Amino acid sequence: MDRIPILRMGQFLLVTIQVDLYDRLALDLEADIVKMVNKTGARGVLIDISAVSIVDSFMGRIIGNIGVMSKLLDAETVVVGMQPAVAITLVELGLPLKGVYTALNVDKGMDLLRSIIQDDVDTADTDDDDDNIAE
Amino acid sequence: MTIISLNKDNMPVQREQDVVLFRNRVKEYAVKIKMGLVNQTKLITAASELVRNMLRYANGGEVLIEVVSRGRDNGIRLTFSDKGPGIADISLAMKDGFSTGKSLGLGLPGTKRLVNEFDIKSEPGKGTRVMIIKWANG
Repeated sequence: MDRIPILRMGQFLLVTIQVDLYDRLALDLEADIVKMVNKTGARGVLIDISAVSIVDSFMGRIIGNIGVMSKLLDAETVVVGMQPAVAITLVELGLPLKGVYTALNVDKGMDLLRSIIQDDVDTADTDDDDDNIAE
Repeated sequence: MTIISLNKDNMPVQREQDVVLFRNRVKEYAVKIKMGLVNQTKLITAASELVRNMLRYANGGEVLIEVVSRGRDNGIRLTFSDKGPGIADISLAMKDGFSTGKSLGLGLPGTKRLVNEFDIKSEPGKGTRVMIIKWANG
């Protein structure tokens, strides 16, 4: 059975999708990520789709589900590396891709995740005057 | 202008696993007629939506893949035929957000936006036939 590997990177999970997913694989990935977030207590999930040439409404729904489910477990989801042609197609298709953040590439996605989580910390303890630097 | 079919290929789609194979087949044809990447992506996404509908609502069917030509334009024509339950109200099914399944209801209206020509015929109890054309430079 094929499986998409989920790597742990500090408090984040890193998933790079290197193949065009068939439905079973996508559904397995959805379940695996949510289980992994629960197991590791990860605060963020970064999904790299730079090798994905097609995102249809099914794939879009899976990505959205991953975002919403992770959010329920207190983890944010960032999708990175979307090909321009895929972005154009998604807009025309009318797929909103709700529940996830997007960033241009892995670097920017990591920065985004760090800043979202940093914001959480900032609002949690407001009397902390230290400058929080996200590196 | 009349549309001439240059090349025909029939492909049955019966299982979920056939979706990726089918998409790859469509891509091969699109590359062969030098369709640009954005149009390729639109065509394959549209094809993916329709083939999924066919699997979900009609347990599969057949797709006719054709290279067509109209004057100087080359394009890909895909005809999806199934013997499923058919669609009772096509104008309703073409509305954004309508779905009898649990999907987002983007399949048919979204697909129409992605291609140059779109034609759907359905008879309740007999089946559905959807034809799309994407021109290489369309």
